[in-house]
Amino acid sequence: MTWSEMQPLLEQACTETLIMVGWSTLIAVVGGLPLGILLVLTDKGGLLQNTVVNKVIGQIVNIGRSLPFIILMVALMNFTRWVTGTTIGSEAAIVPLAIGGIPFFARLVETAVREVDHGLVEAVQAMGGNTWTIVRKVLVPEALPSLIASTTTTVIALIGYSAMAGTVGGGGLGDLAVRYGYQRFETGLMWITVAVLAVAISLIQFAGDFAARALHRRGARSGPAPRLRLLKSGEPATADVGKVA
Amino acid sequence: MITTSGLTKVYRTHRSRGREVTALDGVDLHVREGEVYGVIGQSGAGKSSLIRCVNLLERPTSGTVTVAGQDLTALAGRGPRAGRELRQARSRIGMVFQHFNLLSSRTVQDNVELPLEILGTSGKERSRKALELLDLVGLADKAKAYPAQLSGGQKQRVGIARALAGDPKVLLSDEATSALDPETTRSILQLLRDLNRQLGLTVLLITHEMDVVKSVCDSAALMEKGRIVESGTVADLLATPGSQLAAALFPVGGEASGDDRTVLDVTFHGESATQPVISQLSRTYNIDISILGAAIDTVGGLQVGRMRIELPGRYEDNVVPIGFLREQGLQIDVVDHDEPALAKEGAK
Ligand SMILES: Nc1ncnc2c1ncn2[C@@H]1O[C@H](COP(=O)(O)OP(=O)(O)OP(=O)(O)O)[C@@H](O)[C@H]1O
Ligand SMILES: [Mg+2]
Repeated sequence: MTWSEMQPLLEQACTETLIMVGWSTLIAVVGGLPLGILLVLTDKGGLLQNTVVNKVIGQIVNIGRSLPFIILMVALMNFTRWVTGTTIGSEAAIVPLAIGGIPFFARLVETAVREVDHGLVEAVQAMGGNTWTIVRKVLVPEALPSLIASTTTTVIALIGYSAMAGTVGGGGLGDLAVRYGYQRFETGLMWITVAVLAVAISLIQFAGDFAARALHRRGARSGPAPRLRLLKSGEPATADVGKVA
Repeated sequence: MITTSGLTKVYRTHRSRGREVTALDGVDLHVREGEVYGVIGQSGAGKSSLIRCVNLLERPTSGTVTVAGQDLTALAGRGPRAGRELRQARSRIGMVFQHFNLLSSRTVQDNVELPLEILGTSGKERSRKALELLDLVGLADKAKAYPAQLSGGQKQRVGIARALAGDPKVLLSDEATSALDPETTRSILQLLRDLNRQLGLTVLLITHEMDVVKSVCDSAALMEKGRIVESGTVADLLATPGSQLAAALFPVGGEASGDDRTVLDVTFHGESATQPVISQLSRTYNIDISILGAAIDTVGGLQVGRMRIELPGRYEDNVVPIGFLREQGLQIDVVDHDEPALAKEGAK
């Protein structure tokens, strides 16, 4: 296979992966952020303490988080068809990716928000702030460096998931590697795919770290950048990436 | 200005097992308008619980809290969340914290503007007010800095400026100087004192340092196991025989040199001359008096002197000389062998 043959394949695969990961990350963040915050607020001793709501959300998140993605994808087939009208292609793959991404991100948000010093919440309460004010002016801005690190972790995890989605008709880089590398023994193309993924993941990690660190720097004179925690919480993500590579 | 009556707070740590901690046990506190009121006590005495009950950050189990004539406990409503009226009342009570509690994501100026944002003040007015307050606390040049770039004392100044943003009549301070070095502590206390004088601000402060009470408070209360065991103006306390607070505020050292000795603390306020009294005592009763320790200090703006003297013989043998000293208008405290713990702490 020559480069001129490979190039359009690679370009198309990259675009597909970009679409899948981009949209599903966006939805995961939009959906996971309020869920994660709600998990903290409704917890015992929280501002909106509510055991029932907390247990229900917690359980849903846990199931969504622990279900193997491939099973989630199959289980959501009908829902996907209802939303997009099809179960094949990059657009269709966005549905299970987003739904898998929401609980993943929600848990990370929960951890990040829980780390915000309770004294800050109390200070704003003492000023007469309500819960919404506390969420907007304290929890989210103070957790921002960690939230950015969490987003990075989520993007990388979703790249991993998208490779699986690709093999059942979603397209993208994972699909390319399987179709050409595994089924047609085009090892050259497979290695290029691996290289593209590796570079992409490194770039994303670097950009995420950079942004988190830049925000964090004004917060603490030195202090550990959120990277350490990111690596810890990123374990499942790197495992998934490993499968793809 | 601040009145609590029968204030009780019981923490239930394990709801199912029913373990209970009574942090406040019927506290009646009365802080007059425009005074600096210090609450002191050992760790776990319930000081923080008390101050947190004043703005209902902690909901009292029973009793009432009245601030500036408004019964806050009546506003509280049910459930853990603060209703609108309580939040409005809180915005008129400033609070400063031991660990400053500044938002690291905001600049100094934006931190001071936060209470104004909550009050719905317009942007222009907010920044005018914030800069004015920063000027008042001496940090006009740090407006654009982030809290992480400030020293502890500067952070607390920002905390104070922030607490003043809502034009409060009352300022609550829970160990605002406990995380600071002595030098910085002094400057922060001076600032609080100035604000109290300039703005007529009523200040309720919690501390475990006697020096804090000594340098800024008009009145003080001593807490033990959730109760107020002594309270009053500093001047009254010093004039109260046997007052633990007075002894701790103004300690004089010196241990009895033997078992059959009587140790007395003689307190005199300002003009009462001591020298003649002591020498008269010595001459009249023909006894040898040793001076174990003596000090003159300013407590709550009053000149006070205290002297610890030792008379030979047991207390029973010295009833007459002690009576003589009391007749001279001096305040005499007989020092037991086992001093109150607080006095020892203060003497260190
Ligand atoms: N949220 C809480 N839950 C359970 N118990 C509490 C809580 N807050 C305080 N207590 C208990 O109430 C008692 C009084 O605590 P408080 O914090 O008011 O003491 P303090 O006088 O401020 O002590 P310190 O000088 O150490 O700050 C302590 O026994 C403490 O363990
Ligand atoms: Mg305390």
